[in-house]
Amino acid sequence: MDKGLHTLTLEQQLTQLDEGAIRAVELTEATLEAIEATDATVNAYITLDREGALAQAAAADEARERGDHGALAGVPIAVKDIILTRGLKTTAASRILADFVPPFDAAVVERLRDAGAVIVGKTNCDEFAMGSSNENSAFGPVQNPAAPGRAPGGSSGGSAAAVAADLCAAALGTDTGGSIRQPAALTGTVGLKPTYGRVSRFGVVAFASSLDQVGPMGKTTWDVARVLETIAGHDPRDSTSAARPVGGYCAAARRGPEAVAGMRLGVPREYMGSEGGIQPAVKEAVHGAIDALRDAGAEIVEVSLPHTEYAIATYYLIATAEASSNLARYDGMRYGHRTEEAADLAEVYARSRGEGFGAEVKRRIMLGTYALSAGYYDAYYLKAQKARTLIRRDFEAAFADVDALVTPTSPTTAFRLGERVDDPLQMYLADVFTISCNLAGIPGLSLPCGQDEDGAPIGLQLLGPWFAEERLCTIGGAWEALRDG
Amino acid sequence: MTDTRITRDEVARVARLARLALSDDELNALRDDLDAILGYVAKLSELDVSEVEPTTHAIPLEMPTRRDEVVQTLSRDEVLSNAPSAEDGMFKVPTILEGGN
Amino acid sequence: MSSSEWEAVIGLEVHAQLKTSSKLFSRESAQYGAEPNTQVNEVCAGMPGALPVINERAVEYAMVAGYALGCEVHLWSQFARKNYFYPDLPKGYQISQFKHPICTGGGVDYLLDGELKRCNLTRIHLEEDAGKNIHAPNGSLVDLNRAGVPLIEIVGEPELRSADEATAYLKELRNILRYLDVCDGNLEEGSFRCDANVSVRPRGQEAFGTRAELKNINSFRFIQRAIDYEIARQIDLLENGEQVVQETRLFNHDTGRTTSMRSKEEAHDYRYFPDPDLPPLVIAPEWSERVKAALPELPGQKRERYQRDLGLPAYDADVLTQARPVAEFFEAAVAAHDNPKGIANWVMNEVLREVDNPEEGLDALAFGPAQLAELVQMVDDKELTGKIAKAVFAKMVESGQAPTEIADAEGLRPIRDEGRLRALIADILANNPAQVEQFRGGKTKLMGFFIGQLMQQTRGKADPGLGRKLLMEELNSDNEDG
Repeated sequence: MDKGLHTLTLEQQLTQLDEGAIRAVELTEATLEAIEATDATVNAYITLDREGALAQAAAADEARERGDHGALAGVPIAVKDIILTRGLKTTAASRILADFVPPFDAAVVERLRDAGAVIVGKTNCDEFAMGSSNENSAFGPVQNPAAPGRAPGGSSGGSAAAVAADLCAAALGTDTGGSIRQPAALTGTVGLKPTYGRVSRFGVVAFASSLDQVGPMGKTTWDVARVLETIAGHDPRDSTSAARPVGGYCAAARRGPEAVAGMRLGVPREYMGSEGGIQPAVKEAVHGAIDALRDAGAEIVEVSLPHTEYAIATYYLIATAEASSNLARYDGMRYGHRTEEAADLAEVYARSRGEGFGAEVKRRIMLGTYALSAGYYDAYYLKAQKARTLIRRDFEAAFADVDALVTPTSPTTAFRLGERVDDPLQMYLADVFTISCNLAGIPGLSLPCGQDEDGAPIGLQLLGPWFAEERLCTIGGAWEALRDG
Repeated sequence: MTDTRITRDEVARVARLARLALSDDELNALRDDLDAILGYVAKLSELDVSEVEPTTHAIPLEMPTRRDEVVQTLSRDEVLSNAPSAEDGMFKVPTILEGGN
Repeated sequence: MSSSEWEAVIGLEVHAQLKTSSKLFSRESAQYGAEPNTQVNEVCAGMPGALPVINERAVEYAMVAGYALGCEVHLWSQFARKNYFYPDLPKGYQISQFKHPICTGGGVDYLLDGELKRCNLTRIHLEEDAGKNIHAPNGSLVDLNRAGVPLIEIVGEPELRSADEATAYLKELRNILRYLDVCDGNLEEGSFRCDANVSVRPRGQEAFGTRAELKNINSFRFIQRAIDYEIARQIDLLENGEQVVQETRLFNHDTGRTTSMRSKEEAHDYRYFPDPDLPPLVIAPEWSERVKAALPELPGQKRERYQRDLGLPAYDADVLTQARPVAEFFEAAVAAHDNPKGIANWVMNEVLREVDNPEEGLDALAFGPAQLAELVQMVDDKELTGKIAKAVFAKMVESGQAPTEIADAEGLRPIRDEGRLRALIADILANNPAQVEQFRGGKTKLMGFFIGQLMQQTRGKADPGLGRKLLMEELNSDNEDG
């Protein structure tokens, strides 16, 4: 057997399915076989739904025969285990939800099902999406298929690894401070964080409600564009969902290198300076990409995002404050882990939560609780919300001048598993380039952009104004053509 | 907020507020972690935000409203299906002493 | 100090459930009384990934209450999370309003012993209700049917000075909400609940004393007793040189006492912050104008109008406006027959006696306001005597027939046929010559005897005025003849 159907891009798989060259069941079986062969090592999946996937594949084949099929009919998709799937265990990679079987689907899962996608299983991630390495999972760390021995990034590390290891055509991740883009960068895959409100959060386990977005991860810009077209759109069940038409992201991804001619692309001074602790290979690769885009006719200008240095502090106060409240519902009363040993109600709460949450989640709940508590609210939480305004204005000012920003996704390539677990603050600082995007609510796309001296992938990040996903797909597609052509 | 180091007692108070049972080791480690993180976020005190409005939502949004119509989506069995303990169609929890909250 | 040297300071917080079909933030039914947990979905149960979407009717009802109570209704308001842990609170926080409530200011004008008083409001805000905990052997059971039902919390200023004022204020507030049809005001079912902050201070002192918060009071009688008890308790403490502790106290219905909840919890720290799942509530000016324009006339306005335009005494105006269905019945009757005082008397003395709970409406009556108006008109036109009218009314209560029909069918109309009456009178005079003689001799008191005879002959149906006039004529004319 040659490389196998599962190694094809989503676009290639769709083409073959459309042409009748392959059947969805065949493709799903190939994917399941690959998972069974390699996932013991990668640990990308927490739960595999072999039976369900094959049934969905069979249904997709039937629909295709009837000529009445959705846009993703028969394509194997992985879903981050923080997104609810009806009847299929959803753990948020936490002990506290280890046995939780949701009685309803997340909006994005409904949309995938309606489009005929085959949901292969639920991917590993940092517990409650809190982390940048996927090492905070109650179900064990994930290996980076593109850089063995190293972390795949996080929190959507399992989704990124599943794509990188050909264990699905594309995957859903969630991004609160870089959780799609950073693992995409570290595994050599493509990840898109949509504008806040572009994709419904209904049925997505909340980490930080004002920052969380679901987005696609895949092998190419077109692949993620295809998935975004399916999952994006207004949802009346999410009060923060945008009532705006969904763009033509796939078409945008196909405009070629000439589409960037005449675009003004900004390079934030604060991201490329020396103070960011940026790895030389990363800087070099990103400069290479910038040069290629300039050669294709884009106008490259330096811009300033002066409040960048406050972004991490702002983010960790806001995100943890929201998280401390969002995670209050995990109390062992209605679902989830309940302690075996407790004398009274107060102890049931404290012990169920103490036993159920991992160290990083506890750390963030503690920080967030502290930031909201009496006497500290103004100094921490309110101050952070005001700093958030300044950060948002930085982007508004930048986008008044340029069409998009070009930056590295992560200051470094993948770090070794275990290397940073003992220093949470250092781990937080690694999110420096991805976090502002969530604070400002803007879309971001991470694309592979070469490798470092050890062969570890480097990520290029494109940031656009609110709802400029089409433009990001255009630039992403152009960059891929320039890079591969 | 600049120089204040968080005390172990304060960490314990926050843990009670957050309903987290923590071991002594966890408490100590969290004191150190929170101390470092609070030291870092103190950076924000450099900013003059006296004239700045807070951002609650990244995107300017207005609340959508829903018509007052009943749509039932889950059965009682589904609602109780993940309960650690249930009885008579209700969630069973440890005895609640009157007056808690 | 004697108790008259102390002054009580009372501030009330009322939680009123709004009469919507669905819950505040979920599409589940908000109906009372269903089987446990049958009106619960992912939002009410606080499941992972569930999100709130607001019910527009709940918003509208809060606006209605706000405008009716003279509040400033804010077209921009915000929801916040109030964080605390309790088994009946599924998300670990309650969605409420904190810094930016939908209404501020306003007040309630209420009557106490005929005197018009006012208690100002601090604010009204929207929030969701919690579920219910039920005690069971070896544990507690949680029913989330009520979790998420819309409430408005109406916070009054600490301007009430006695349990009587507090009760009168609450009754008026409840009546207003019922007039507005935004809350059914059922204390027993918990759709109108009250917490009372009570403190005492030496009369003349400006500063407030330390207050206790009283909870668990579910009838007007208990409100009165709980507050009276608490005032006496605090005065007693202070007079014995002790301190009032700031705490929450539960009212015990059986003992009539309040007891400390003695919660070991440290002071509450609710960590309020704007709910990131809910953008600000922005009300379009057209919406608020529409709500304002559609406000019904309130009991206070009706009271005033009944006195000013209809000439009713204050007492009548008060009684007639205590329940909207009664006021509406009265007004409909007055529209059909313009004798407000006559109709008011009938409504207060007769109609209300036939209705168990006027608040629930007067639909159960067999007759309507038009029939009552007809009855009063017949009395006014002397078609019926007062006594007979009451008999006709009794028939109306039973059958719902129109009074004219009843009077005709039962032959209850007064006899006003002069010829017939004169014939009867002639017989009476002929049969009682001695009395006629005495009358004519100056014993005019005997008129009563002749009228009695006439009534006896007509079984009470002779028109008394006409009967007297004709008797007078006959007695006098025969005298002249003789």
